[in-house]
Amino acid sequence: MATAQPSRTQTRLEPWRDPDEKPYVRIEKVTKKFGDFTAVDDVSLSIYRGEFFSLLGGSGSGKTTLLRMLAGFERPTEGKIFIDGIDMSNVPPYERPVNMMFQSYALFPHMTVESNIAFGLHQDKVGKAEIKERVADALNLVQLSQFGKRKPHQLSGGQRQRVALARALVKRPKLLLLDEPLGALDKKLREQTQFELVNIQEKVGITFIVVTHDQEEAMTMSSRIAVMNRGYIAQIGTPTEIYEYPNSRFTAEFIGSVNMFHGRIMESEPDHSLIRSDEADCDLYVSHPGHVAPGTECWVAVRPEKIAITKEGPATEGGRNQAMGTVKEIAYLGDVSIYEIELDTGKRVRVTAPMVTRRTEMPITWEDRVYLSWRPFAGSVLTS
Amino acid sequence: MAEITQSEMRHTGFLGLLQRFGLSGRALVMAVPYAWLLLFFLIPFLIVLKIALAESQMAIPPFTALVEMTEELKYQITVTFYNFHSMVTDDLYIIAYLNSVKIAFISTLCCLVLGYPVAYAIAKADPKWRAPLLMLIILPFWTSFLIRVYAWIGILSNNGVLNNVLMWLGIIDQPLQILYTPTATYIGITYSYLPFMILPLYSTLERLDNTLLEAAADLGCPPWKAFLTITLPLSVPGMIAGALLVFIPAMGEFVIPELLGGPDTLMIGRTLWTEFFNNRDWPLASAVAVALLLFLVVPIMLFQNVQGKQGGHP
Repeated sequence: MATAQPSRTQTRLEPWRDPDEKPYVRIEKVTKKFGDFTAVDDVSLSIYRGEFFSLLGGSGSGKTTLLRMLAGFERPTEGKIFIDGIDMSNVPPYERPVNMMFQSYALFPHMTVESNIAFGLHQDKVGKAEIKERVADALNLVQLSQFGKRKPHQLSGGQRQRVALARALVKRPKLLLLDEPLGALDKKLREQTQFELVNIQEKVGITFIVVTHDQEEAMTMSSRIAVMNRGYIAQIGTPTEIYEYPNSRFTAEFIGSVNMFHGRIMESEPDHSLIRSDEADCDLYVSHPGHVAPGTECWVAVRPEKIAITKEGPATEGGRNQAMGTVKEIAYLGDVSIYEIELDTGKRVRVTAPMVTRRTEMPITWEDRVYLSWRPFAGSVLTS
Repeated sequence: MAEITQSEMRHTGFLGLLQRFGLSGRALVMAVPYAWLLLFFLIPFLIVLKIALAESQMAIPPFTALVEMTEELKYQITVTFYNFHSMVTDDLYIIAYLNSVKIAFISTLCCLVLGYPVAYAIAKADPKWRAPLLMLIILPFWTSFLIRVYAWIGILSNNGVLNNVLMWLGIIDQPLQILYTPTATYIGITYSYLPFMILPLYSTLERLDNTLLEAAADLGCPPWKAFLTITLPLSVPGMIAGALLVFIPAMGEFVIPELLGGPDTLMIGRTLWTEFFNNRDWPLASAVAVALLLFLVVPIMLFQNVQGKQGGHP
């Protein structure tokens, strides 16, 4: 996870920070029930024009149901969805200014690639010459120009995925919905396609909403992510915000890996919080504004790559943010190594350290006594 | 070493005996149905062919022998194409063939038109209802085919259920003459073969990926149009399979036109019967049977081809 650089958000406009900006897609208190089961639970969400928005969650988190409600295949039990200011409650799927790329691609097997892509344009009664031109453009965009006359079963998985994308894009929808767009591709192809998808989105300027269970995919591609859990939205934010400032234990644990230290708030000041943790056997100093009243039970989340591991004792004042333990497990991944350290309190802590030296020169080994320490800004205080 | 393993692999008993003749267990399993077909299809067919090439005579059996020993102790083979010739020149047989094609074709069309909505409705029904609904389609097979055709006499006759109901409702004053007309034959064939249309259609429609229809809707296609552009073309293999399953047996149908059709309902199966049992012209009847078979080989091979394709890529 440490390699995911959320560079896109730094160079892009951030319309959600602008109070005058009108949301392009507005989901208002939407609930969807299937019998007794609540798939989507009172979700409100604003998505802005040109965003690459991800709905991230595990299976059963309601992300796909939310997407299907945007497409019109499911109707909200309660609440409303507005797209470009228009209430979609009574608009059937075939009249929505929305296109979807299906997880299974759903290409029409009896039609050629060209006819598949032209299908949506035929429905709109677009002229023949224009259809031809737009289909050619779409094929060009996804680099499949030579494959127009083939049938879907004559294409590879990656090519089919691109046909599905071209078919959804060719109508120039106001909103493109992508259901696990890279789910059926193998790992190598998936990584390439992530960037390709972002490039295409920037080229066509259409608002994308992507459903994914793959956090790396969401981090790489999205302008913002909504993390979903059991039908509600756990957190909305840029990849950086979600990763660096998780608002709950669920988000912290869902995105990347994290160490949780259980404790109790001692001090809560505008510039810091101080937490006494028995698990870490030290005081934890977090240099973010404290919101929580002293005495409250809390957890401090520290990412494994933010913890320094040394054999000599560090010189942090007052022994804050530091712990001592024994190396129990080492996993060598090439670019980084993962250490699992058992603190003297019995708590297991995970630390990742980049491999600067060769493995043969690795100074830390099994059963070594090591010191762990981290900077005041590394932790996040979580109460739920 | 190799010798030991080879001798170990040799089976004993029955399988060993088979192996000695160069037969494996698999070949045996495949040989049984082929032996069955050889015994009860190919050999009878050759006998029929032999009779078709003979001349009719008033004797037992009522046809000349293919191979005869002459007085000079020579074997003499007598083959005549007279029967095939008279079959082609006599209008009766051509008309009977064409009429059979027409009746089979129209009945197939009726089955398709009636069967498609039924198959579609079952395929779209709640999964827990599909099995019982299919059961209802198959249910008539539990009664004898003959009895079911006889039952239609009771329904269609001038004093039958249908006419009585229509007269009671005041729709007609005079009973309709349906029984012993071609209409009754159409009704009978359509009724009898409808399940053969519904079942393959159902299996095609049931396998149809619902996300394709969602994709069509998503691309701006209203449901009725999605049915025409997606569902209908993708169910063509089912339609062809069903059509052939109805058309092939309907072509040679004898019982239904005999019981429900009038004297003018000419079908090749009936002509065959008349030729065999009333005119006792076995050679001519055999020639008609051989021609019917050759005529049906074409749609049967077409059917095989469609099935092969369906297995290839659904």
